[in-house]
Amino acid sequence: MERLHWVQHRCRQLLAGDSGRGWYSTPDGLPNKSSLEAHTPPHRVGGKRRTVFARHGPRQQDYEAVCKSYKGNAIRTTKYNLLTFIPMNLFQQFHRAANLYFLFLALLNWVPVVEAFQKEITMIPLLVVLVVIAIKDALEDYRRYLFDKKVNNNVVRVFCGTQKAYVDQCWKDVRVGDFVRLSCNEIIPADMLLLYSSDPRGVCYIETANLDGETNLKQRQVVLDLPSQGEEFTLDNFHSRIECENPNNDLSRFRGHETKAMMNNSGPRYKRSQLEKRLNMDVLWCVLLLIVMCLTAAVGHGLWLNSLKDPLFQVDGETSPALAAFYVFWTMIIVLQVLIPISLYVSIEIVKLGQIYFIHNDLDLYNEQLDSRIQCRALNITEDLGQIQYVFSDKTGTLTENKMVFRRCSIYGVEYPHEENARRLEVYEAEKNEVAAVDRSVTLKSGCSRKSLSCRSLSCNRSSVSLHTLTAESDEEDQLSNHIHPRTSAFCSRVAKEVIPDPELVRKLSWLCSPMLPLSDSSSGTPSNLELTYITDFFLALAICNSVVVSSPSQPRHVVPEARTPLKSLEEIKLMFQRFSFSPFSALSPPQIKGSPRSFTSRLFSRGRTGSSNFSTPPNSNATNGSEPVQESNLENLNLRRKLDLSSIVEGGHAGQVEEREMEDDIKEIKNNPNGARLDVELTKEVDCEGDSDDELLYEAESPDEAALVHAAHAYRCTLRGRSAESLMVDLPGIGSLTVQLLHILPFDSNRKRMSVVVRHPLSGQVVVYTKGADSVIMDLSETPKGAEQAQEIYSHIREQTQKHLDSYARDGLRTLCVAKKVLEEEEYEVWLKRQLLAESSIENREELLLDSAQRLETNLTLLGTTGILDRLQEEVPETIEALQKAGIKVWVLTGDKQETAINIAYACKLLRPNDQLLTASCGSKDTCTALLQDLKLEVQCEDGSTELTAAGDHGESSSGSGDGFILVIDGRTLDWALQEDLKSDFLELSCRCRAVICCRSTPLQKSQVVRLIRDQLGVMTLAVGDGANDVSMIQVADVGIGISGQEGMQAVMSSDFAISRFKHLSKLLLVHGAWCYSRLANMILYFIYKNVFFCGFSGSVMTNSWVLILFNLIFTSVPPLIYGVLDRHTPADTLMELPELYRAIQTTKVYVPYMFWVTVLDAFYQSLVCFFVPYFAYAGSDVGELTFGSPINASALFIILLHQVIESHTLTWIHMLVLVLSGGSYFGFVLLFSLFCATCSPPTNPVGVETLQMSQPLFYIVCALTTVTALLPRLLFRTLYNTLHRSAHMDQMDSEKYRKRMQRWNQSHSRANRVPVCADNPALEPSTASVVS
Amino acid sequence: MMASSYNAKDEDGHITVTGPGGGTLRSKKPENTAFKQQRLPAWQPILTAGTVLPAFFIIGLIFIPIGIGLYVTSNNIKEFEVDYTGVDMSSPCFNCSQNFSWNSTTPCTCTIPFFLEQPYESNVFMYYGLSNFYQNHRRYVKSRDDSQLNGDMTSLKEPSKECEPYAYHDNKPIAPCGAIANSMFNDTLELFYNDPNGTKVQIPLTNIGIAWWTDKHVKFKNPGAGEANQNLTAVFQGTTKPLNWRRPVYELDAAANNDGFINEDFIVWMRTAALPTFRKLYRIIKSPSNGMMPTMPRGNYTLEVVYITTMSKNLGQNLFNQLNPDYPVRSFEGRKRMILSTISWMGGKNPFLGIAYITVGSVCFFLGVVLLIIHHKCGNRNNSADISN
Repeated sequence: MERLHWVQHRCRQLLAGDSGRGWYSTPDGLPNKSSLEAHTPPHRVGGKRRTVFARHGPRQQDYEAVCKSYKGNAIRTTKYNLLTFIPMNLFQQFHRAANLYFLFLALLNWVPVVEAFQKEITMIPLLVVLVVIAIKDALEDYRRYLFDKKVNNNVVRVFCGTQKAYVDQCWKDVRVGDFVRLSCNEIIPADMLLLYSSDPRGVCYIETANLDGETNLKQRQVVLDLPSQGEEFTLDNFHSRIECENPNNDLSRFRGHETKAMMNNSGPRYKRSQLEKRLNMDVLWCVLLLIVMCLTAAVGHGLWLNSLKDPLFQVDGETSPALAAFYVFWTMIIVLQVLIPISLYVSIEIVKLGQIYFIHNDLDLYNEQLDSRIQCRALNITEDLGQIQYVFSDKTGTLTENKMVFRRCSIYGVEYPHEENARRLEVYEAEKNEVAAVDRSVTLKSGCSRKSLSCRSLSCNRSSVSLHTLTAESDEEDQLSNHIHPRTSAFCSRVAKEVIPDPELVRKLSWLCSPMLPLSDSSSGTPSNLELTYITDFFLALAICNSVVVSSPSQPRHVVPEARTPLKSLEEIKLMFQRFSFSPFSALSPPQIKGSPRSFTSRLFSRGRTGSSNFSTPPNSNATNGSEPVQESNLENLNLRRKLDLSSIVEGGHAGQVEEREMEDDIKEIKNNPNGARLDVELTKEVDCEGDSDDELLYEAESPDEAALVHAAHAYRCTLRGRSAESLMVDLPGIGSLTVQLLHILPFDSNRKRMSVVVRHPLSGQVVVYTKGADSVIMDLSETPKGAEQAQEIYSHIREQTQKHLDSYARDGLRTLCVAKKVLEEEEYEVWLKRQLLAESSIENREELLLDSAQRLETNLTLLGTTGILDRLQEEVPETIEALQKAGIKVWVLTGDKQETAINIAYACKLLRPNDQLLTASCGSKDTCTALLQDLKLEVQCEDGSTELTAAGDHGESSSGSGDGFILVIDGRTLDWALQEDLKSDFLELSCRCRAVICCRSTPLQKSQVVRLIRDQLGVMTLAVGDGANDVSMIQVADVGIGISGQEGMQAVMSSDFAISRFKHLSKLLLVHGAWCYSRLANMILYFIYKNVFFCGFSGSVMTNSWVLILFNLIFTSVPPLIYGVLDRHTPADTLMELPELYRAIQTTKVYVPYMFWVTVLDAFYQSLVCFFVPYFAYAGSDVGELTFGSPINASALFIILLHQVIESHTLTWIHMLVLVLSGGSYFGFVLLFSLFCATCSPPTNPVGVETLQMSQPLFYIVCALTTVTALLPRLLFRTLYNTLHRSAHMDQMDSEKYRKRMQRWNQSHSRANRVPVCADNPALEPSTASVVS
Repeated sequence: MMASSYNAKDEDGHITVTGPGGGTLRSKKPENTAFKQQRLPAWQPILTAGTVLPAFFIIGLIFIPIGIGLYVTSNNIKEFEVDYTGVDMSSPCFNCSQNFSWNSTTPCTCTIPFFLEQPYESNVFMYYGLSNFYQNHRRYVKSRDDSQLNGDMTSLKEPSKECEPYAYHDNKPIAPCGAIANSMFNDTLELFYNDPNGTKVQIPLTNIGIAWWTDKHVKFKNPGAGEANQNLTAVFQGTTKPLNWRRPVYELDAAANNDGFINEDFIVWMRTAALPTFRKLYRIIKSPSNGMMPTMPRGNYTLEVVYITTMSKNLGQNLFNQLNPDYPVRSFEGRKRMILSTISWMGGKNPFLGIAYITVGSVCFFLGVVLLIIHHKCGNRNNSADISN
């Protein structure tokens, strides 16, 4: 938790790491300038401004003058220090009602007339509670202190005035005005201003996940007008004065409590659980009971006193009976204080901590790949997990992995099914399942997390199983290591990268590369040139129409500075493009290609051969950069990668083969041609090597879709190589590297649902707009181009086909994106450009104008094709959903996706079953919506009626979901109306009758509205699962919010109660832990109430030693219920998982219901009566002393309480046994010691000799035995009869199931004992074992 | 290799619930132990008719014999009780309890004849019994000073506040202080055997050994008990006797080992009774040493109660306005009894335990039968209280 108390700012400067160039900045109080722009609203904050001078620069005097008022960089998050701990902690603790109650009792006991015990003894409970909590607080604070210390002592290189060099310094010693040098992958220690970057353009990239949870890299620019980047930055010439705002709330603070992340992070939340609410009710009843009892005692006392005349035993005669009664009332409150189970609250907290400990430690909830356990952020709603009736789930990232994988595409109306790719995904799936068992390093990269992956460690660990730990690297490591950390990036799983090209498409593309450009599209087997341009444009669009940031592992994110030379003659390709451009073509502008073909490439080309695109890649950046160790690690990398690559190529088949064949041909050719052959071979080798590393270009995208598309393009050798503000570097197959001049990016927004780039086409030189967006929008915007009949015909055909493909993609549950382009004429562009610039520069309505401008541009698009991206379901999602539904939990899916996709995902995850009836609610106006809801309701009702008629016999079966049910699919607009006041009830009624509801196209607000509606109107327990920022509101509204720590940052996790990393974990969390926690706590509460009521039910006057009385609750009987609360398992975990129905059974048999409270109280009263009256009659009229009488009562009370627990608990482990024995033992030990050695202590009730004498008499044991048995008899009988008669069918099923299982397991282990080491006691291993066996 | 992978950790701001700071260097993978994964082998007591049935039978089978044994034992105990409160006009003690004379120095004695139908063997315990005397009253119970009784000299001079208002009298500390001591039972009971030949033989009563050993030797000590040549009179110098007492505490008994705070009558009284109707051991009638004769043969006996005039004083009333000839119980409708009883291993006569045991045993047995029927009717298939795992 402390991790968040300070928020680190991780720098991702991927420039020439340790080669002596870094970036310089002044720390603290100085928000990075660009971040200031990004985060503060334009209005000026009236606060004081702060001026900063360089500490060691020429303006040292000025610095001295101002620096004193600025605080240092040390952080302190501790609440207390040594001196303030006791007063502050006490002050805070007395904010609790329980402590006040104890204090009240203790003080009451100090009033002499009502004093019941020794004054000191009543202080004990209070003291114990205070001390325990104080210790807990102190430990927490100490941990915080240690953490602060660690953070403060992090080392950063700071310019030192005396040494004139950068020296290591602790973070806490960094002062305002220092120059700090940071290298790649270091954490930013304070607010800084970027003064210098080794990047030529003065750019660095930082990650701000610790501030706002966003994981994509942000670009920061050196302050303009600083000395140009080229020259070495020296401090002597830094004369600048920095003026900025004082730190205030408008800035996003980078460290400390007021950061954005902290503000969003409400910390462990204190939601009141349902159980707790009812418990509070019952405690109130207890209070009432106590008051009644005390009143009775007081009135009785008064009356009794009244009837007496000066008895010998009357101590003070002059107090009036009324006053005496009043005193007695208070005395009784002290004596009977234990009736109010205040300690229950403390115990519940302890138990919940214990339960959370176990949840936290559950292996099944551990994600191997992310190395993350479940995070329990809300500490007190564990038992609510057992009562969930509605689950609201987000789709993307929750049900699915949010790892987009290119699956198939359609270009020019031709579908490329990518069969190999599909097979690969399946293979991957299978492989993944075996990940736990099989030691394969390859799979490790699939777990690539949001964090950077250290390739250095990868290379040295590649054969280790535990590589999953590498998915995220330690900060320390970052700082300590001087190596460059090449990194992969978000959304870069192996499965996303290694797209296997479709052979057909490859073949067509290879035509482009082939020497004989088919200028005529006559032959049937070859693609037409028009199609070829389509294909090229399509991939070009995929590669460039995005905001992906490129880097490579060996070389930090860097734009390749020079343009490369294309292999093919540009003229020729230009010709092709010009020929087949269907839009009116203007060849006015020359191609924007720098550089000239190198001689040997043109020679190659003139020979009619084409190499692979790799040929063109310059080796320079890689070979020249970087120091020795880097290269070593690189080499290792390369080797590893090459292996991977080769294997994938082999798998991939066609493409690789083509390439290899070509390569071989190449070499043969070269051999035939001795001139310059040596050079060529060398080149080939080098290029080959290069090619491998090129495959490891790392893309960092804002959305996983983009990354998937870029990778897909890469698979077709259409590779995005680099990006700068004005240009993009792209490899094209058969053409080589090209620099595309980037004119504009019109970024994605949810209104337009598309994004566009305006570029100057590298080949044709035209201004081209590439647009990528949601199919509905693009299809609407794309129009048949004007022109020849034939072209029109072709085009409408393409559209038709594409639409067909789109539909089929959607049916398959793929996310579809359409790609389109538009060729702009120069004048057209000029006109648009003016207005765009106007829009950009305008101050008012900027957004609107920009939108308008974009919309003006994105018209008359030419549809190129469409892509289908697979967002694969997380593993075991269908099983989980099925289990949840079996458990009687209604699962709703709330998604922003469109209807078809949502439905398909619902099918895929078995939320929808084939014979389910879909009710689609999607309408345009409120009135139609009203009507529709009515109609649907009627339909559902009559359907229900008919099923009831037909299947009256097995109605229970049909309702439990084995038959077909209704699924309501409602879209966002309709949902809006349905959520309105007047339609609410209809909607509710309808949705109640449906087995599941899918809300698509819903906004975050709607999500939370839906959850709130269900929660409030139906009064059920709701659970919301989500992973992104758009789910936050829903998570917060639900009774239990669960965040999935996945791809989309931390917001959801921050606001959740529990954070898991996989949806499948939900089932165990709910079915097992939830059920356990619930029944444990419920039982424990009952037990506690029982214990408390029981103990004080018997007598008005104290007949035991007051120590014993107080300690009885505090020590002798406190641990067993805690253990019970933490460890009890009413049903084994695997049974609960296998039979989700049990979850519902547990819910419905509600352990803790109001009547159970009274049953328990009554039982306790009965037992206390037995406890009193059995000894009473046994000793009636005898010479029994007060303490002598109390001793068997106490002893039997203890026995009864302990045995009662044994009867009530479902499991007994050795821990239970130990605790029970210890409890009993400690009681007897204490009492015996007390009676042996305490001659004068505890004056009114001196126990000397009582117990020793008692325990030497058989009567004591006889009475104890009788009391215990008599007291427990009804409870035992009740339990027995209940278990015997009410044993649910599930239990039987469970039994038989268990038996069958055990037999199976036994058989297996016996038949295969020789071969398979069966870990029978480890359920986690069972699946893999089973799979091996089968 | 493993080590390096262990060093790689996740520091990305995840919140850890457990795990002390600094200890997160390891992988976050939870340990796969039976405890942490909640797979401890456990016995799951599913209480059904089938499993509980034997328990019921066993309880029944154990309890019934015990009950019978207890009952028989209890029945063998002989007990005789005489009420001598003297409420009735006819009662021999009526006069003594009603009469009071200011100057009477001669004690009032009443004689109660009774007849023992059975001879009493072995030691016979003689009790006095009081009814409706709430010795367990909250304020009463506290009104004592244990450290004073334990021989503490400072407490002797300065009794605890708990003793108020019986802590000081005439500015002198009261020893022993407190309401319990003040209200000590002070009737003197004597037993006479009326021989068939007419002679009246006084039965010897032992007053040693009636208190608990721990009380006499640990809890109660005279002040300065360790000193040689202990002179109780000197030790209690400067204190005054409880108001109701006739004699000071150091004159309770002539014998040195039974005088002062360690007087056994006193000790017995100081152990407050739990119930308003109680008896306290008064004397022991030792069985004759030859063992042939019963301790108390069948025949006529006489109980003589010697009343020592006491002064009842309650705060707020005028001092010494009333002089009770006997131990005053009639104001709260109390009763006084003399009880003779033999005892057994289970203490005094008490038929309740025996009956209760037999009842509970029978109930258990009966329930066992009922459960057997239930079990046979509907519980046949799930008679498995299995040990899971």
